[in-house]
Amino acid sequence: MFGPAPLARTWGVKLNMQVPAPVEYERATSLTEVFDLLERYGPESRVIAGGHSLLPMMKIRLARPEVLIDINDLTELDYIRIDGGELRIGAMVRHATLMSSPLAGEYYPIFAEAEAVIADPIVRNRGTVGGSLCQADPAEDLSAVFAALKATVVISGKSSSRTVPISEFHTGPYTTVVGPEEILTEVRVHLRANAGSAYEKVERRLGDWAIAAVGAMVRIEGGLIVEAGIGLAAVRAEHYSAPEAEQILVGSAPSDELVERAASLAGEHCNPSADQRGPVDYKRHLVKELTTRALKRSISRALPEGA
Amino acid sequence: MTDLQQRPDGVGFGRVIRKEDARFVRGKGNYVDDIVLPGMLFGAVLRSPYAHAKIVSIDTSAAEAHPKVKAVITGALLETLSLAWIPSLSHDVIAVLATDKVRYQGQEVAFVVAEDKYAARDALELIDVEYEVLAPVVDAKRALDPDAAVIRTDIEGKKDNYIFDWGSGDEDATEAVFKKADVIVEQDMLYPRVHPAPMETCGAVADMDPISGKLTIYCTTQAPHAHRTLYALVAGLPEHKLRVFSPDIGGGFGNKVGIYPGYVLAVVGSILTKRPVKWVEDRSENLMSTSFARDYHMHGKIAATKDGKILGLRVDVLADHGAFNNTAQPTKFPAGFFHVFSGSYDLEAAYCAVKGVYTNKAPGGVAYACSFRVTEAVYVVERMVDRLALELDMDPADLRMKNLLRPEQFPYTSPTGWEYDSGEYPRALELAMKMAGYWDLRKEQAEKRARGELMGIGISFFTETVGAGPKKHMDILGLGMADGCEVRVHPTGKAVVRLSVQTQGQGHETTFAQIVSEVTGIPVADVEVVHGDTDNTPFGLGTYGSRSTPVSGAAAAVASKRIVDKARLIAAAMLECSPDDLEWELGRWQVKGDPSAGKTIAEIAFAAHATLELPEGLEGHLDASCVYDPPNLTFPFGAYICVVDVDPGTAKVTVRRFIAVDDCGPRINPMIVEGQVHGGLADGVGMALMESIAFDEDGNCLGGSLMDYLLPTSIECPSWETGETVTPSPHHPLGLKGVGESATVGSPPAVVNAVLDALKPFGVKHADMPLTPAQVWRAMQGRPMRTDMAIQ
Repeated sequence: MFGPAPLARTWGVKLNMQVPAPVEYERATSLTEVFDLLERYGPESRVIAGGHSLLPMMKIRLARPEVLIDINDLTELDYIRIDGGELRIGAMVRHATLMSSPLAGEYYPIFAEAEAVIADPIVRNRGTVGGSLCQADPAEDLSAVFAALKATVVISGKSSSRTVPISEFHTGPYTTVVGPEEILTEVRVHLRANAGSAYEKVERRLGDWAIAAVGAMVRIEGGLIVEAGIGLAAVRAEHYSAPEAEQILVGSAPSDELVERAASLAGEHCNPSADQRGPVDYKRHLVKELTTRALKRSISRALPEGA
Repeated sequence: MTDLQQRPDGVGFGRVIRKEDARFVRGKGNYVDDIVLPGMLFGAVLRSPYAHAKIVSIDTSAAEAHPKVKAVITGALLETLSLAWIPSLSHDVIAVLATDKVRYQGQEVAFVVAEDKYAARDALELIDVEYEVLAPVVDAKRALDPDAAVIRTDIEGKKDNYIFDWGSGDEDATEAVFKKADVIVEQDMLYPRVHPAPMETCGAVADMDPISGKLTIYCTTQAPHAHRTLYALVAGLPEHKLRVFSPDIGGGFGNKVGIYPGYVLAVVGSILTKRPVKWVEDRSENLMSTSFARDYHMHGKIAATKDGKILGLRVDVLADHGAFNNTAQPTKFPAGFFHVFSGSYDLEAAYCAVKGVYTNKAPGGVAYACSFRVTEAVYVVERMVDRLALELDMDPADLRMKNLLRPEQFPYTSPTGWEYDSGEYPRALELAMKMAGYWDLRKEQAEKRARGELMGIGISFFTETVGAGPKKHMDILGLGMADGCEVRVHPTGKAVVRLSVQTQGQGHETTFAQIVSEVTGIPVADVEVVHGDTDNTPFGLGTYGSRSTPVSGAAAAVASKRIVDKARLIAAAMLECSPDDLEWELGRWQVKGDPSAGKTIAEIAFAAHATLELPEGLEGHLDASCVYDPPNLTFPFGAYICVVDVDPGTAKVTVRRFIAVDDCGPRINPMIVEGQVHGGLADGVGMALMESIAFDEDGNCLGGSLMDYLLPTSIECPSWETGETVTPSPHHPLGLKGVGESATVGSPPAVVNAVLDALKPFGVKHADMPLTPAQVWRAMQGRPMRTDMAIQ
């Protein structure tokens, strides 16, 4: 396990292993080659993109792949474009690219807000959208962002590809539905009119994992919230989401009271654990506070100017 | 832009660009890990995963069979060399490799020497250690419980985890002032365990020449001479065949004072393999096993009249020393200089009692004035004064101003016997308040409070206690704390100065050249500083406790003065006049009343090496040396004001402003002083808000990586506002006081006082560091957490 809660406790047995175990290295130059290599080396191989999660795990020997398959040459997966009424983000898009993308920002300010608080510039310059999702760290921000946006993930294999809603993508901490001979290739987000989105995060220090983070999206039509998404990171919310809170928002006119009720539900229904970032009561409080802030900002962004 | 070169002639004190920057900004520093010797092997340490466990067996056969492994060393092997245990710096012992049991997570268990560092790490996994896990002692407050496991079973007859009791001050007089006081405030507080976390971790390259028998140790040490002598004493190695070489050091902060098992293991590895052995620890090893700082559980009790005259202070301390008592203390002072805790105030009486205990945690405690415990002392008094202000409903600035020592009281003898050399305290506080716009800030705060916004203003006034120290009072393991210095002027007027102290990044190559220059007039650029090599420098105890400038700087000044004095006699011979007819104009002896007749120091230096007939009894050349035994410590001081904003919803603290007025006497190089202050302030923000080494119930270290042990970044730091006053030390030859740790000592209470000031509307009286968002929120709920244990 690699993440906020359990790491320190397992650290002891992995003391001073800050060099990786021996590992083979392959560099793929096309998707076809990636699938060939995955087939050849099997489950003991790992795909490496930005490497900012995998390499630290390898250095402390919590991860010991036999083969690394480097996909950094797959520029074909480095794109952000509009297609079929969707924003399509290639798996190899770096955090820094998404953060500064005018296209993504035009539809969803949540991207720039979340990316600006992900780790630090060094990580953002290298880490990728696909890598972040596949790492499935419970504190991972983009998982919460895409949960709020109700995104769809494209998973590709040698002979076929499939789409999976983000709500079915993660199967638990550090695990996803991506099979041993598959990779995540794209993330898709519906383009929505009259929608607003926002991201809120509190960390002990720049670059630390979130104590809690909340992404929100609302779509408002005729004065009513017709669609709502709330994504939670670092508090062990199932699928990084807060369906109970989303439910009471939909169909109601936005108000401070409504936001307050939704935020309370988000705080109650997540499952944070105590660690050095904070005790459970504080984390629940923080989820409520940040949900309130993210929702309020999303609502004001969804409403037409001057409304 | 600041004018960097204040003196056009390049002589003496001023904002001189650092000499060492020429290599550091080019990436051309030479650190221990840069050292590569022919045939060099690499060591790695196997460490205990448990906090407390009996070692049942160690099987090294698989590791030894690794094709690249040259040696595997265990405690059993070291026992045959009488090196399994070595003396600590506090008259205890520490294990080099565990023999009987492990006593903290991260303790050294075995050492592998291999052809490359990867193979060494791989081989660690092949060592099979069978442990029998024992109950750990994690909570210092329960270390003396009758049912607590006994950690130090290696000490014959040891039945508990008690180390020492020590007190200072007049207990009866203190009790008497408490009886007559109108107001008494008591407060428990923890100064939690923190780590120096230098950018460069610790390491060594040991090179035993089997032919000459000479052992060279390249090592990350702040105290090369002390190390050499200790190796000689401990290992029975002849001291003249030992050379300790300390190259560029990437930060020390006390972390690199002591001798770590890894250094000894590199030496043993080199002796066994007859090849050089390099050992460099990684970040987690540094954080988990090397010297920490603080870990003082304090109970403060302060007495005052109702109009705010502070009468007395009592502090009772429970000191968590970890598994071995390895703090670096003068023998007389097991709690260092903690008894300077009466601080900057005019008290009638004060008393402190310190109890040291063992726990299953890493040993040490040699870190940024921590070893000498001034940091803890300043924290407790500055928190207690703020607690008193809260109780009296007085402004903390007014309360301090009312009680600060007055200039006419110096030299001042404190209730615990310290003689403060000099100080103008109210002037420094007034300047800090003026820079801050203190009363305007209070107005702003009142307006914000009315709107429900949380803003806090915190003050700290500190008196540092540095420059250890007078030999009659202070030693480390019996070695007196005097330092030597040698100055040699070459025939062409260039000079070399040789020091016993060792820089770790604070710019000695520049500042010591400036000291020599200030006294002799030789340009700074013409003075070479040699240090960090025991074969080429005079003996001395090294750099820590901000002692370089007060002790070694004084030695350099005295030696330089001796050069000038000798130059006068030579100049008189050159000018065929009486030395009494000469007057000193910086860099030149000239005839009184006829300034055109004179000789520069360069001309004199050449003459000293030439054929000139010198006066009877005067030897040639222009050299001088000094061993400086300081008559007293120096007492730098400062007034710090911190302004914070606290988000009422998330409880996150933002440091908005930090005003630091430091008085360290005259400044050799103001730019370097400001740099040191900036670093110390950042460190203070880190300790106050985020740095933490807590332990869970099993004794697992929860601060064992930089993912868990958070150091502040520029984002968490405001743009520092620094100011100065200058009060020279009356006993230092140049009036210098030292500044290395001032900001580290002074800043944490300012930040904490500011945060607690912001939380005043919630009735919060105290919460322990680090004031993370969770801790601040809990404090607002009236339920602050213990910060030495895992958060539940």
